[in-house]
Amino acid sequence: MGIITFIIISLIKIAAVIFVMMTAAAYSVWLERKVSAHIQNRWGPTKVGPFGLLQPLADGVKFIFKEDLTESNVYKPLYIAAPIIAMAFALTSIAVVPFGNFVNAGHWGTYLQITDVNIGLLVILGSTAMGVYGVALAGWSSNSKYSLLGGLRASAQMISYEVSLGLALVGVVIMAGSLSLREIVDAQGGHYFGYIPRWNIFSGQVFAFFIYLISAYAETNRAPFDLPEAESELVAGYHTEYSSMKFAMFFVAEYCSMVTVSCLATLMFLGGWHGPVFGPYILQAALPVIWFCVKVFCFMFLYVWVRWTVPRFRYDQLMAFGWKVLLPLALANIVITALIVAWRG
Amino acid sequence: MFHLILFLFFGAICVAGAVNLLVQSHPINSALSLIAVMASLAVEYLLLGAEFLMATQVIVYAGAIMVLFVITIMLLNAGKEERTGGSRVALLFGVPGVLAAALLIGWTIVLHSNTASVPIGALKGDPHGIAQLLFHDFLLPFEVTSVLILIAIMGAVVLASRPEAVVRGARKDAE
Repeated sequence: MGIITFIIISLIKIAAVIFVMMTAAAYSVWLERKVSAHIQNRWGPTKVGPFGLLQPLADGVKFIFKEDLTESNVYKPLYIAAPIIAMAFALTSIAVVPFGNFVNAGHWGTYLQITDVNIGLLVILGSTAMGVYGVALAGWSSNSKYSLLGGLRASAQMISYEVSLGLALVGVVIMAGSLSLREIVDAQGGHYFGYIPRWNIFSGQVFAFFIYLISAYAETNRAPFDLPEAESELVAGYHTEYSSMKFAMFFVAEYCSMVTVSCLATLMFLGGWHGPVFGPYILQAALPVIWFCVKVFCFMFLYVWVRWTVPRFRYDQLMAFGWKVLLPLALANIVITALIVAWRG
Repeated sequence: MFHLILFLFFGAICVAGAVNLLVQSHPINSALSLIAVMASLAVEYLLLGAEFLMATQVIVYAGAIMVLFVITIMLLNAGKEERTGGSRVALLFGVPGVLAAALLIGWTIVLHSNTASVPIGALKGDPHGIAQLLFHDFLLPFEVTSVLILIAIMGAVVLASRPEAVVRGARKDAE
């Protein structure tokens, strides 16, 4: 395949993925509003379009037209840079996520993945690590006590749970023998006894799955770990002083990182795009993507469900849980997985 | 050729970040310059073919250690430094010192100028290669380094904990 063909196909993939990612971020807001409304026995958005489906569009237009207030005492360079940093790093990690298998169109073929790096998992962990800067710098540069406290709490929480997040994934890496996301997904093909799929959650990594899920909720400042954004305590935490499009960028960054974390959970533990494939070639190429999207949707639904079911952690409980409970459990999981893999092989 | 351009570009960012770190008067600007240095060093590792090291540099250095630097600066509420005019002794010994170091480096480069430069991606930097080196060829230094880091952690905990006398004194006053 020539270099021009490669560049054109890559640009098409990038455009498609970014479009889908931004739409997913916008419609996960819709999902959250509808699901939280039904959990709370009310309707949620219903007026704007059928089932309120055009509500994100209305919200986007509202954000554009809102007045962009800027305090006079903020540290201007970082105040403007922080939402940019948050959103940039939230969007980069989708570049290594495989959505489906190899597809052929005529005599062109490509993997449904923007790029497969042999350290793909570390790229995602690296962008998560760098995304902490958006939160920390936003909290500090806003020159407000609520923002500073929210920013400090959020960044300390995020770097604490990054450790157990990464360690929970090491068990999967040991079993797959590679850090490349495509190889990890490929290692989960096939079935046990013809029925149970060979996903990692059924291959013994179920504890790592739950450790990963809890760490991911804490990493994205969501669900029971959303003390940095606790409205009743901190007004709005690190994005108190932000309005209009800058706030929308933080918002999009948070939902994009939720989508990324859900994608990673399906890739690592739920077999990625593996699922029953049948029918003509066009269906066989599209079905893996559909299975992948269904699994990611389940995780997004779970995010909203847990948020409105479980009460919030107190900050010291949160930090104690991350360091004293999740970290030893993740290390124990690594030791047991490594012993079993070494004994088998 | 392309390799040389990339190397010079990111090396220039590295050096500019390091100089900016010293020149800036607000500590947060110095911390951000150091982050730029770490990131450009990561790209230099990638140019040499050590992609695992690049990812680890970003995750550990730029993503955790520098976050702790930034959090400390935020907590201490450090403001702009005052300009004090500099010390004359530093100028007297510093400028000839820097010139001597630059001459030494230049002489070393000229002396070894007949060695070939490293092409792009020359090192064995994939995770399997690194694992082989770390856990097989250099296992003893690896284990000794982990003990060293454990000692450093214990030292930090001791330094940060409250002195016993203060705690006992406070308890006595309360009784």
